[in-house]
Amino acid sequence: MSHSGLTDIIQFMVMGVQRGAIYAMVAMGFNIIYNATGIINFAQGEFVVLGGLAMVTLTMALNLSLPVAFILTVVAVTVVGILMERLTINPVGQPTVLRLIIITIAVSILLKGAAMCIWGKGSHYMHHFTDAAPIEFLGAIILPQTLWIIGILLCVVIGLVVFFNYTMIGKCIRACAINRDAARLAGINDRKMVMLSFALSAGIGAIAGIIITPIIQMDYARGALLGLKGFGAAVLGGLGNSMGAVVAGLLLGILEAFGAGYISSHYMDAMALLILLVVLFIKPSGIFGSSEAMRLKEF
Amino acid sequence: MKKSIFALLFIVVFAVSATAVYAEAEPYHVGCIFAVTGKASWLGEPERNTAQMVADQINANGGINGHKIVLHIEDTQGENTRAVNAFKKLIKKHNVCAIIGPSRSGTSLAVVPIAEKEQVPLLSCAAAAKITSPPEERRWVFKMGQNDSDAVRKIYDHMTVNKISKVGIITGTTGFGAAGREQLKALSEGYGIEIVADETYSPGATDMTAQLISIRNSGAQAVINWSIVPAQSIVPKNMKQLRIELPLYQSHGFANIKYAEAAGEAAEGSIFPAGRIMAAKSVPADHPQKTVLMDYKAAYESTFNDHVSTFGGHAYDGMHLVANALKKVGNDPAKIRDELEQSRFVGIGGIFEFSPTDHCGLDKTAFEMLTVKDGKFVVLDD
Amino acid sequence: MQGRDTAGLIALILAVVAIPLVIRNDYYLGVLIFTAFNCLTCIGLCLLMGYAGQISLGHGAFVAIGAYASGILTTTLGWSPWAAMGAGIIIVSVVAAIVGVPTLRLKGHYLAMATLGFASIIHILAVATVDLTGGPSGLLNIPRISIFGHQLNSDMQYFYFSWAVVAIGLYVAFNLINSRVGRGLRALHGSEEAAASLGVNITAHKIQVFILSAVYAAISGSMYAYYVNYIDPGPFGVMHSVLLVTMVAVGGMHNIWGAFTGAVLLSLLPEFLSSATDYLQLMGIAYQPDYDILVYGAILLLIMLFLPEGVFDGLGKAVRAGRRMIRR
Repeated sequence: MSHSGLTDIIQFMVMGVQRGAIYAMVAMGFNIIYNATGIINFAQGEFVVLGGLAMVTLTMALNLSLPVAFILTVVAVTVVGILMERLTINPVGQPTVLRLIIITIAVSILLKGAAMCIWGKGSHYMHHFTDAAPIEFLGAIILPQTLWIIGILLCVVIGLVVFFNYTMIGKCIRACAINRDAARLAGINDRKMVMLSFALSAGIGAIAGIIITPIIQMDYARGALLGLKGFGAAVLGGLGNSMGAVVAGLLLGILEAFGAGYISSHYMDAMALLILLVVLFIKPSGIFGSSEAMRLKEF
Repeated sequence: MKKSIFALLFIVVFAVSATAVYAEAEPYHVGCIFAVTGKASWLGEPERNTAQMVADQINANGGINGHKIVLHIEDTQGENTRAVNAFKKLIKKHNVCAIIGPSRSGTSLAVVPIAEKEQVPLLSCAAAAKITSPPEERRWVFKMGQNDSDAVRKIYDHMTVNKISKVGIITGTTGFGAAGREQLKALSEGYGIEIVADETYSPGATDMTAQLISIRNSGAQAVINWSIVPAQSIVPKNMKQLRIELPLYQSHGFANIKYAEAAGEAAEGSIFPAGRIMAAKSVPADHPQKTVLMDYKAAYESTFNDHVSTFGGHAYDGMHLVANALKKVGNDPAKIRDELEQSRFVGIGGIFEFSPTDHCGLDKTAFEMLTVKDGKFVVLDD
Repeated sequence: MQGRDTAGLIALILAVVAIPLVIRNDYYLGVLIFTAFNCLTCIGLCLLMGYAGQISLGHGAFVAIGAYASGILTTTLGWSPWAAMGAGIIIVSVVAAIVGVPTLRLKGHYLAMATLGFASIIHILAVATVDLTGGPSGLLNIPRISIFGHQLNSDMQYFYFSWAVVAIGLYVAFNLINSRVGRGLRALHGSEEAAASLGVNITAHKIQVFILSAVYAAISGSMYAYYVNYIDPGPFGVMHSVLLVTMVAVGGMHNIWGAFTGAVLLSLLPEFLSSATDYLQLMGIAYQPDYDILVYGAILLLIMLFLPEGVFDGLGKAVRAGRRMIRR
């Protein structure tokens, strides 16, 4: 079996897209909450972890079928997101952004601790969704799970577009994001919209956790790193811009894969970050962010 | 009659007071510092469980010469600063006579200077050779983990027999992985083995495809995967997915059945050196370690309803070495140190033979080459 | 320096002098030494966050550079610890200037991400440049520091040394705040545009403070290296940077004393929790050390929920309320 340069390139693309899809989903979660509140939710990575771990328990220990476990997991994590908002974000009267961020850090520590106490310290694995053989495409290998990840990412993106553009609630959340006072004047319950945004963001986090766990194995401590990468993607794409997040997430994943393949695996993670910094220095509001939107939400 | 009652009473009182004196014998304080929580908790947890189990067993059997063992277990969270604090707490607050742990190479190296300064025996459960060398600067430090250099020798021996001369290595960027990488490079020349690809991955890595493609393209005849973190089971998986059919060698850090489970079918047939505890059942019955291995395995698995691991074995060896020393010389740290230095002990990690110049006490015979067969670790026979 | 701050500084110095007379246990002194390192970094970070209004999730990187400069120069090149510390300060200043110029143009979350990215890059370099930093195996045999030819061997000596540096750090910070630069900074925090129109050179000010706060971090890292005598990339990860910002925010970022309080509190909390475990278990409560992380998170959460301006401000309010109660 000979391997041409082209095969390698395709292989790196595939792996990059698989990584990037997860960054993209975490980044979308960040954006939804950012748009509603102006804060970065440091507990976003923990939603991913909770989703993955809950899915492992439901499928591997309780032997539930995939669709049932999927729905149950998303619902459960969504409830965690709602509780988080009701108990920690909502009661804060006149918050500064930094204070809210530290609150989300505290919540992330709590969620991480709870995950450790519930699921233990080991790493958990689960079977791929479909146990079919890898598909060969021009000599490169594609896992069925990778296709699942890409497919579900597409569904989530389409779902969000429809939700934000064509449903009343979605439009209300967007209105709050653009101008909270004006939205309130128009009779929108902005507090409720914040809660909804946490629910949505937790749900997306859970989905990301569910689809990635068969490939990476999940343990309680993974949240921080996933969160950081997702934050990177969100910033690179321009905070608040969901389409930007998807493109930036995929871009980061692909950069990492090519960096590791062609330059050096030792500096792989640094390279993606370096490019992110360079982009920020050239365009301080991310690739797709507008400087006007940025000015609205500062510390 | 009256006399005999009196005599009986006398005997009873004597016996009671004797047991009272016996029971009042001052307990021995032993310290443990493990990464019970945090990023290396999969090491620290079996270690803590084992240490506690051994202490309970000893105390249930009446302690050491009548002295109960009081175990003080501190959590390093895998962090150097916490390890330093915990180490001092054990010495200064709990006045322990010896300390078992830490779990990681990094945290061990961070407390080595204090152990030397405070003159308390330290029995590290980590692997890096630097922990016990140079011997003249490590008078108080001993190591339960087998040397990575010996694991490398074991692998290179096997490769030489199988005429493999070009290898690609892929190592984790933790203390364990980095030390392995160093040894793999340092020893390769002596064996006439050429390292044609040198790749790494971080503990949080999710996919090693790119690294493995580089290895494949380098013309390597075999892959060596060296890490102690869970991420290492992704390597065999990715190899299988990419249909890279090179022999896969792994480090003794793979010796955790959960890693094999996580890698599933892909781990079948991969070869790695490991302490005999991982294949206790297939160790021949006449091997000196057989009894201790089977006893520990049975006790651990029934107490904690979990698989044994090499790491827990390090804590077992540390506890018993300290207990043996306590039995012989009492709880004076200096005497314990001297006793440890001349100990010979059949343990879980191997047959320890310490000397003033060797505070690890194990050589490559502590390892057995194992392989994964039907999801289980078995001794490789060839 | 204002009267109240002077009084606070004097009280701190008295406390520092007195503590080793009461506590002779090296364990507690050791914990307080690590606390001093965090205090020093947080004082610097507070100048940046509370006074110049810029966030940095990258200060762990400056601590790392300070520590590694000291570690590498003393072990590999055989420099004296003081010279290595000085070199570390210079290196950090240069790095901070290079990083600061483009980074401080960014705002809010973008600035946070950029500094965070910088911190991760430095951490990755510490792991990957094995020949220079020792990689994950770290650097061994870093010497102890000497003062006037006297090597600081005991914890008590190092305790006095590190807290003396903290006191100097506080003194410098207070003087800065009440200088022309400090007034410019406060104007900057209020409104950058207004400050600029009044002739405050915003960019220069921001970068100067960024460099100064990085130097605080560098000194703290350097002292860490000389105290532990061993460094590896572990303590300088991204999460350490996040922890530093959390310390400043928990204490209260609008006051140096607030940042100081936050650093003390969050440095002592884990040790306090680990000691509390012993007592709870003695009392027969089935408390597992594993729950520490939950208690830690809960305490952090409660502070942020109920003390909006941080612990220091909360304490001040409590004291004032107490006084009012007594007067009645």
